[in-house]
Amino acid sequence: MSVIHLTYEVSGDDFTRAGEASGLVKSKLKKLGYNKDAIRRVAIAMYEAEINMVIHADGGVVDVDIYPDKVEVVLADKGPGIPDVEKAMQEGFSTAPDNVRNLGFGAGMGLPNIKKYTDEMKIDTVLGVGTTMYITVLVKQ
Amino acid sequence: MVVKDLIDILKAKVILEGDLDAEIKTACGSDMMSDVLAYVKDQSVLLTGLVNPQVVRTAEMMDMLCIIFVRGKEPNADMINLAKSRDITLMSTPYRMFTACGLLYSNGLRGGCEV
Repeated sequence: MSVIHLTYEVSGDDFTRAGEASGLVKSKLKKLGYNKDAIRRVAIAMYEAEINMVIHADGGVVDVDIYPDKVEVVLADKGPGIPDVEKAMQEGFSTAPDNVRNLGFGAGMGLPNIKKYTDEMKIDTVLGVGTTMYITVLVKQ
Repeated sequence: MVVKDLIDILKAKVILEGDLDAEIKTACGSDMMSDVLAYVKDQSVLLTGLVNPQVVRTAEMMDMLCIIFVRGKEPNADMINLAKSRDITLMSTPYRMFTACGLLYSNGLRGGCEV
């Protein structure tokens, strides 16, 4: 059982609101007194994943489970799926359209970045059906 | 250096006042938020020429204290509101990115990622 369970719907049509859920989780963890490093790692990883959801998958649902020793985030979308996960994990590889690049994203750093900041990361993806990403950040008290 | 020292160095206009007495040691300059999220560690100031709400969100995720918009750019009302609730100072400097970064470096601010 997690201490706290949070669910957010991420809207796919408004890029300016991307990151709202991550911001809410960040302030929740801050209030709960989690250490700064863990909070930042959760916030960055979730934010990158949220941005991906908006760019590629028209939004989705984010579930966050907060335990005393870890934070688990599950991001599920009904987007096009990732054809080649290994390729998508490479730094610099991006399929983001130019309009996203103009907003400061799409450098091909999203997935590598999520991996870098988390302790566990798993991607289940089916072409034409959607992608679910599981990430875990361990918290050292 | 503290946040309010940036005002004179960069001839900056303060658009939103957060904690002006907060201490700062490092900064980063980028228009690519992906790179800020990937490479930045403990920098408290972000210099950017990019103007959209994701700049404020990125600063929020990175626990930054101040965003400086270069080339005289100014944030819109949405961005100001976003920054307000997060206690982030917003400034605008007429200097271009290279000059703004150089001025801060020569005044003692560092990148925080020395090689």
